[in-house]
Amino acid sequence: MNADIPTGPVLRAMGEEAVLLELASLEDVLLVHRALAASRPAGLVDLVPAARTVLAVTDARGPALAAVGAWLLATAERALAPGAGRSTGPVDEAGRRSDTLIHVRYDGQDLAETAALLGRDADGLIAWHTGRLWTVAFSGFAPGFAYLVPEREDETIGRPLEVPRLSVPRTTVPAGSVALAGTFSGVYPRASPGGWRIIGTTDAVLWDDAADPPALLVPGDRVRFVQVPA
Amino acid sequence: MGGTLLVETAGPATTVQDLGRPGAAALGVGPSGALDRGALRLANRLVGNPEGRAALEVVLGPFAAVPDVDLWIAVTGAWGAITVDGRPVDGHRAVRVAAGSRLELGAATHGLRYVLAVRGGFDGPQLLGSRSTDTLAGLGPAPVVGGDRLVVLPTPRRRVPPLDIAPWTRPEAGERLIRVSPGPRRNWFDAGSLQRLVEQSWSVTADADRIGMRLDGTPLERLDPGRELPSEGMVAGAVQVPPSGLPTILAADHPVTGGYPVIAVVRAADRDLLAQLRPGQRLRFSTG
Repeated sequence: MNADIPTGPVLRAMGEEAVLLELASLEDVLLVHRALAASRPAGLVDLVPAARTVLAVTDARGPALAAVGAWLLATAERALAPGAGRSTGPVDEAGRRSDTLIHVRYDGQDLAETAALLGRDADGLIAWHTGRLWTVAFSGFAPGFAYLVPEREDETIGRPLEVPRLSVPRTTVPAGSVALAGTFSGVYPRASPGGWRIIGTTDAVLWDDAADPPALLVPGDRVRFVQVPA
Repeated sequence: MGGTLLVETAGPATTVQDLGRPGAAALGVGPSGALDRGALRLANRLVGNPEGRAALEVVLGPFAAVPDVDLWIAVTGAWGAITVDGRPVDGHRAVRVAAGSRLELGAATHGLRYVLAVRGGFDGPQLLGSRSTDTLAGLGPAPVVGGDRLVVLPTPRRRVPPLDIAPWTRPEAGERLIRVSPGPRRNWFDAGSLQRLVEQSWSVTADADRIGMRLDGTPLERLDPGRELPSEGMVAGAVQVPPSGLPTILAADHPVTGGYPVIAVVRAADRDLLAQLRPGQRLRFSTG
């Protein structure tokens, strides 16, 4: 039993202009971030979801830090209350952006090996990847890089697939690489170093300086991967 | 017509900076912007610009450039020899540089980052409301190199303020006091480490840029060295402690999330001081 793992929402000061809301799980982050995004106070500079936390950033012209903390805590408690509807019901569907389809050629160099690591064949892995709805949990690593989590767990094994990273990261992963690591899937917006296992390739543009917003995917968005011929 | 400024010598790490693009972390983009924000605002005011116009952040120098029109400029931030066609001119005031004259900033003798503002501000494509170069994310214009011709926006309507000289002090060379507020993971450290953070004099290493500044000193110790922190949102000024125990202070081009515990956060008002610290210079943290 680790006493440091919070069982409920906890606030932690991040200096004089930001406060970190710590939650028990990534699932809670998704729920709470959705509620926070829907009730964001005017003047808040930034709202940054991550694996176990949501960081709220204000400044001298924004809301006071104490007010931001109170809003984070009250919203989290409401979103996580028993009976608040942990599953996504019709209310949650309202106002959502429609699902983004990402067309993938499953020709990644790690496809066969990754499938074997997970105890299935390539077609089985492709069926799993295309067979569920993914949600953007948070962004990071590079502009437009979205950490996608499967909305439903894999019933066939009863827990989320856990994909080990490459032991030696590649110095260059091409733009458009569709990859897996941990319980996440992601698409490299541009060529960069990376240690995720590459299962496919897409022509989707994840980042476009001229677009508004320039990122194709933002936290809360839902994604389906669609197989196209390699 | 604003004219252009031909850069002859850019120095090692010159970039175009304004007040950055805060609020884009959801897109995976950090704030960026001038590290010495006070110097940027002042330089813009001195030439009659709105405070957030894009200027040059010149690290150390030397730097040399020639405008093709008569151009008002102001240099703030670091302190060093500033000349126009070899004649010394003052920093921290508006100076008129005639078309074809050569503006030079010598290697900074105090502080590290000059801000060179031009009347009108530098032009360039805006991304998320900013013309800043984000050196980590690779957004905005490429760093400035010798031979670049920078486009200046048309002259603003407001006059160059009839101000003789702005009050300023040159960046100090000695140990600087940097005020910090509590960080979210200070409970990852024992009382002795929290004490060591503020009691010792830290040395700024050469590993310091727009992304972060690594410090050297007596390492801090985590209570549980094997414990991993899931990545969480970061802010400029966050004092992260990696496994080495030697802190890194994040700067404007920081990654939007990080996985090292943050023991303290530099107060917003003192971040400008960090921008002017030179490798080897010392700093002391204060919780006051």
